[in-house]
Amino acid sequence: MSEQPVLHVDNVSKRFGSLVAVRDVSLTVGKGELRAVIGPNGAGKTTFFNLISGFFPPSAGKIIFDDRDVTRLSAQQRVKLGMGRTFQITEIFPELSVFENVRVATEVANGYGLRPWLSKTESADLRRRIDEVIAMTGLSARADRLVGELAHGDQRAAEIAMALALRPHLLLLDEPTAGMGDQETYEITQLIRKLHKDSNLTIVLIEHDMRVVFHLADRITVLDQGKLLAQGTPQEIAANEAVQAAYLGKAA
Amino acid sequence: MRLAVVAGMWILLALAPFWMPFLGGYTALGTRVLVLALAAMSVNFLLGFTGVLSFGHAAWFGLGAYGCGLSLKFLAFSTPLGLLMGTLLGGVAGALLGALMVHRRGVYFAMVTIAFGQVFYYIAFQWSSLTGGDDGLRGFARQPIELGFLRFDILHDDRAFYYFVLICFAIIVSIMGFILRSPFGHTLIAIRENERRARFLGIPIERHIWIAFTLSCFFMAFAGSLYALVNNFADPRGLHYSLSGDFVIMAVMGGMRSFWGPLLGAVLFEVLQDYISSVTVNWMSFIGMLVVVVVLFFPRGILGLVRQPRAA
Repeated sequence: MSEQPVLHVDNVSKRFGSLVAVRDVSLTVGKGELRAVIGPNGAGKTTFFNLISGFFPPSAGKIIFDDRDVTRLSAQQRVKLGMGRTFQITEIFPELSVFENVRVATEVANGYGLRPWLSKTESADLRRRIDEVIAMTGLSARADRLVGELAHGDQRAAEIAMALALRPHLLLLDEPTAGMGDQETYEITQLIRKLHKDSNLTIVLIEHDMRVVFHLADRITVLDQGKLLAQGTPQEIAANEAVQAAYLGKAA
Repeated sequence: MRLAVVAGMWILLALAPFWMPFLGGYTALGTRVLVLALAAMSVNFLLGFTGVLSFGHAAWFGLGAYGCGLSLKFLAFSTPLGLLMGTLLGGVAGALLGALMVHRRGVYFAMVTIAFGQVFYYIAFQWSSLTGGDDGLRGFARQPIELGFLRFDILHDDRAFYYFVLICFAIIVSIMGFILRSPFGHTLIAIRENERRARFLGIPIERHIWIAFTLSCFFMAFAGSLYALVNNFADPRGLHYSLSGDFVIMAVMGGMRSFWGPLLGAVLFEVLQDYISSVTVNWMSFIGMLVVVVVLFFPRGILGLVRQPRAA
């Protein structure tokens, strides 16, 4: 893990009317790092995530991605710069097959979004890349199934596959194990771990399941009531009294 | 299997002038059905494959009809030029106004499309010196097609005109199918399926919807131009939102998620109208009942039934 930051969030805040959902939060994620953002319900995790991915702009503060100020850029522009994300409630194209889901993501990533046709080599390369991404997420056997008919865990994997097809420098995962049973949680955790190790992918994830967080994360950021409560390695966070009081004490 | 069905459909269409009389049909009805089917498929290009409901698409259809008619009346006695002018008039108008509309979604989009459509309706209605107003635009007729070595007398020979329209239909429908199978077409289906996901794949949603809208307007205007040739006449009703509604009904009845659904819808709509209206003037209430039945029991339309059920 080198210390060249991929993502630097500098004192961002987000207000919705009189509600301050996120208050002066900073965070720096190095290349190849896997960072978990945790916090009790209503801590502002999802809002914070939406600020990073450009779902809406912050009320104050700056977001630097790959040495570029992206604070005012739209979600689409950030995707172009290499930010891929998944959602807490799986966002997929349910009536398309796994292959078709990944195909459209790959086509867009390759800059073919407006193309009326592809050359033979382009479509062969595209095909290879689609198969590669599907294989990375372990969905090869189910490539022709409709995503809407898959088990929840596989839908998640398909969503991650779409994000990977964009060749992201930074992968944002919003509660990847939300609503999953033990077996599915285990599988998706293994998948994230494999992507992180094999591709040295930089990942920021929000997660509720503490087993997953402590198993995966290089560093953990704890939010509470919109504020930064603590930041550190899993060991440091486990030993942090303020965190235990605010969160672990209640949850675990 | 699917290929065999599509091939069978083309054979049926190609032989229509020969088998229709036995079922009480006539060639001119077949021609009309093809033109309206093309319009319904153009509406469905947007509705079924981009997920955007336009309730004012008759505007581009009617502009196509007026463009074609005016060209034949004032510019030159040329059918191809008429088709070109009609398509350009409706398509370009659609492209320009579409740029203002695509930032709206759902019901708001549908309302804006109706509003713009009605603007053209009233212009055509009021500007009688050019358009003939409520009486419609008359005094033009489709002209025989001269290919040098061949001459299609589409004006006097119903069958020749049917085949001319069928060839036009085949060309436009092939273009639609080609676009939907392209990477660009895949992005449209992605937008229909899940706009938020599509946005976070980096697809510029508004631009893609605008392009789909514009293409759909050009297809629609072409269908409208053909419609002017069918009747040798164009009138404000061709621009009215109730006609837009008819096209949406055809698409929904036939099955808006299937490529050929609107063709089946148009056949049903027109044939039923033709038969029932000879019995009662209230033919629309029968069609209305049929639509209610289809929407309640087969929400995916008639062709949605035939195809295997997809994800819940």
